[in-house]
Amino acid sequence: MPHTAVADSDTGLTLKQLAEKHGLSSAGALPSLPAYTRQLWSYRYFISSYANAKITSSLGKTRLGTLWQLLTPLINAAVYYLIFGLILNTGRGVENFIPYLCTGVFLFGFTQTVVGAGTQSITGNLGLIRALHFPRASLPIAVVLTELRNMMAAMAVLCAIVLISGEPLTLEWFLMVPTLLLMSLFNAGLAMAGARLGSRFTDIRQLIPFVMRVWLYGSAVLYPVTRFEQVLSGWPLLVVEANPLLVFIELMRHSLMENVPLAGPVWLLWTEAVAWALVVGLAGYVYFWRGEKGYGRG
Amino acid sequence: MAERVPTIVVDDAHIVYRVHGSAAAGSTTPVASLRRLITGKRPAAVREVHAIKGVTLVAYRGEAIGLIGSNGSGKSTLLRAIAGLLPVDRGHIYAAGQPSLLGVNAALMNDLPGERNVVLGCLAMGMSPAEVKAKTPEIIEFSGINERGDFSSLPMRTYSSGMAARLRFSIAAAKKHDVLLIDEALATGDAKFRRRSEQRVRDLRAEAGTVFLVSHSEQSIRDTCERTIWLESGVIRSDGPTEDVLKEYDTYMRK
Repeated sequence: MPHTAVADSDTGLTLKQLAEKHGLSSAGALPSLPAYTRQLWSYRYFISSYANAKITSSLGKTRLGTLWQLLTPLINAAVYYLIFGLILNTGRGVENFIPYLCTGVFLFGFTQTVVGAGTQSITGNLGLIRALHFPRASLPIAVVLTELRNMMAAMAVLCAIVLISGEPLTLEWFLMVPTLLLMSLFNAGLAMAGARLGSRFTDIRQLIPFVMRVWLYGSAVLYPVTRFEQVLSGWPLLVVEANPLLVFIELMRHSLMENVPLAGPVWLLWTEAVAWALVVGLAGYVYFWRGEKGYGRG
Repeated sequence: MAERVPTIVVDDAHIVYRVHGSAAAGSTTPVASLRRLITGKRPAAVREVHAIKGVTLVAYRGEAIGLIGSNGSGKSTLLRAIAGLLPVDRGHIYAAGQPSLLGVNAALMNDLPGERNVVLGCLAMGMSPAEVKAKTPEIIEFSGINERGDFSSLPMRTYSSGMAARLRFSIAAAKKHDVLLIDEALATGDAKFRRRSEQRVRDLRAEAGTVFLVSHSEQSIRDTCERTIWLESGVIRSDGPTEDVLKEYDTYMRK
């Protein structure tokens, strides 16, 4: 077959040697982790403008537009309050159940949407990936930023709910900032790991809703955390109480409300939160980076 | 003769697409899926398309290479692989610097106005915000979408296909490139825009080290490329001076 009719320079080198001699780099080579991180940093403007664009385009066709950022959490809280607060009355043992419930629902919703959108951040953007060069981690990170912005609106609603329900405004409220930051880091790790898994095994998407529902019931979102102590003991209780989402939700409740029953001492919760955020954030990032060159395959 | 410097080396590259969800009728029942799972057969829903079957080529600095072949012969796939956007299954591709793919398919966001798509596209190509700000009016001007009123502030879903393609080309062509891979870009838009875009490609070519051009227009291949590669079903049928290859290709297509 006529392969390289005019191209061969008859130097007797193999193609690999020829490429090496002239310092060509392999198109599929993985950048080192620090190099990749620098690359990602230089694309920060792209990431933030992509995240903003996502919000605009998702709400662009609705009449109320960005008002939905506030309406969605409000309706969400109303629905859960109707079912679990009024009809099932699961709140026994907590004085102020409405803010308690809303904190759980909103924080859980943050992780839930990030995981859902994160697993599709590669498969849903193949066109973009096959057309342009950019560090692919931009996509799951943009998902987290998008949801963090939605979360800010939800937090404003939450603060209003907490105040209206009669809780005092204290200095401890500032603790919601580190809580949200740690949780975002944790969610970013989940989004990146989910993005790679979702691009390799498309069936994952069908399983996510079930995983998230189990996680929902294991995170004391809809009922007080003290319920676990009533039915569990020993190591199963320890496992349930180390659940990262439970930890983040507990910390948020602790920072916004007085007299909340907690799963453990506050210092332990903070330690667990930092550990989860660092471990999951870093592991997700490394796992995603290792697959960087394969995402175009789809 | 001075030693020629290679910029792209493709060494026996194979590319396989795996397509999910193309199951034939009758094999989509849960029972059929379960049987496949138990018998360990590869699911019929996953089909492999061997798009590039062992392509080897070397491109040198200063060359402009045309890529021709019938629809589905693997031209665009090969360009994506050279650009490093699509991984190869076997073989190797080496490149000098980072080749850029100039396509009209750069997927942008249809719900956003043209202007914001320009900003997003430029940032995605790695420009700094200051650069983007300076270039945005220029890009919109070049695309000519504002010739009939203020379209750049309307969402892209309201554009005609020609307008959208012109805007995408203008965004992609706004950056300088070492190795430039052009995918059918010259075929977009009306005659007036085509003239302008051909001029832009010539300018880009003057700055770039090596140019690959995929096109169905023999005229634009003749105009810009001295070397042409004819790809058919993922295999190189012919590689040589443009005139010779085009003659061979013509005879084949007439059959």
